[in-house]
Amino acid sequence: MLYDTLIAPFAEFEFMRRALAGSVALSLGAGPIGVFLMLRRMSLVGDAMAHAILPGAAIGYLVAGLSLGWMTIGGLAAGMAVALLAGLVTRATPLREDASLAAFYLISLALGVTLVSLRGSNLDLLHVLFGSVLGLDDATLLLVAGISTATLVALAVIYRPLVLECVDPGFLRSVSGAGGPTHIVFLLLVVLNLVGGFHALGTLLAVGLMMLPAISARFWTKDITGLVVVATGIGIVSGLVGLLISFHGGLAAGPTVILVAGAAYVLSVLAGPEGGLLSQVLPRRHLEA
Amino acid sequence: MPDAAIRFDDLTLGYDRHPALHHLSGVVRRGSLTAVVGPNGAGKSTLMKGIAGALSPLSGRCEVPGGRESVAYLPQAADLDRSFPISVFDLVSMGLMRRRGLFGGLSRADRDDVGEALSAVGLTGFERRPIGTLSGGQMQRALFARLLLQDAQVILLDEPLTAIDSKTAADLLALVQRWHAEARTVVAVLHDLDTVRTHFPETLLVAREPVAWGATGEVLTPENLLRARRMSEAQDPYARACARAA
Repeated sequence: MLYDTLIAPFAEFEFMRRALAGSVALSLGAGPIGVFLMLRRMSLVGDAMAHAILPGAAIGYLVAGLSLGWMTIGGLAAGMAVALLAGLVTRATPLREDASLAAFYLISLALGVTLVSLRGSNLDLLHVLFGSVLGLDDATLLLVAGISTATLVALAVIYRPLVLECVDPGFLRSVSGAGGPTHIVFLLLVVLNLVGGFHALGTLLAVGLMMLPAISARFWTKDITGLVVVATGIGIVSGLVGLLISFHGGLAAGPTVILVAGAAYVLSVLAGPEGGLLSQVLPRRHLEA
Repeated sequence: MPDAAIRFDDLTLGYDRHPALHHLSGVVRRGSLTAVVGPNGAGKSTLMKGIAGALSPLSGRCEVPGGRESVAYLPQAADLDRSFPISVFDLVSMGLMRRRGLFGGLSRADRDDVGEALSAVGLTGFERRPIGTLSGGQMQRALFARLLLQDAQVILLDEPLTAIDSKTAADLLALVQRWHAEARTVVAVLHDLDTVRTHFPETLLVAREPVAWGATGEVLTPENLLRARRMSEAQDPYARACARAA
């Protein structure tokens, strides 16, 4: 019974094993990125960037159909273009970054949907928007794993300036010119992970595996290392449980994975020891000093 | 020409072409301890930003012969995100960044230095505390510990004693005196004139322009202070271009 429920789907079906490997790889990269987005109060930036990569992916699709390489390059180019243009407008005008990013991602989204509708059926558009975690081939898996690896290495390298830019950007400016380059590398990592995610989960849901585990982790630990570990763990467990539920329940896999991450968020809000609702209601004796 | 730590040459600083402080010339001597005083809106914080390189001059020049890397700057309200989950130790160790580089790790000696800096500001035992749990005075002590580790030759303090208790103020002033004794150059924006008279040999009195600059006793006269108080704080939206600007 336990074997049939938990193990058999993965033991018997290769597409399930691939989907699990893909969601683990995605979580390893997207989890830490989501933590830093949340700590930088950029939780919605992930969503905006996810929309922003659509026209690039669409152009790649127009050029070569559902081609991994072309759609990846297109998505990366569009995401970085939107991030850099929004940054440029923010620095050159009184507009704040959230406003300029909103403007560019909306234009980008509309452009993307228009381009996709020029060629192809609604089914193709659905693939771009919602991905196909159960259809990961070798190349896509390698891409997702490569992006996760690159993300972890890059985060290790920029960790200190990134933290400093979050905590005290004025101080970082006064001791080093690394703030700008660090911000750009971080945005590149955001875009890379979203591009990796959109092959599996689509542009709209890719950000789910990035943000929901990170936001949930905030209710379980105060420590930044702990946040990264817990967020990654929640992402991996969401992938595993989501795939099993979708398999047994006949549900769409990608959205089910994100819904499980959403359930983890609700559980965290309710029961998390670090500011969760229950911890606030249950009386605990204060300490002596 | 005295040995200059900071040199102003007809310096005007401001925002949107409106000067916050204009036509300042002179030299802050190396190893001097200078207070910058003046009413609210007089341009004191703007001057600190200008020296630190965080604000470009509208005209004139501000030179730091030792280079900007010789400057440590504690702004009035550091734009610190106090909800960020890092410890006091990690915050203070950021002061070593110039020495270790952005990517270098901390050696045992570095960790000892952080411990000593925390001890010097009375925060031993606070190493693992998240910065969000510190009081205002404790946070200011932690920021002074970070300044200590920066080991800078020019130290800029913008209202470092505001909203802290008298004991903390006395402890931080003792650190300022220590820096002065080590022949570092300290420039501090202050409001309490008694503190200035007691602890700061030199004073720059500003009111959107320099009013007086020199020995504290000669600067903080009733006439000069009255002149400074009569300063117009409001910007003139119809002001003409300054004829003295280069």
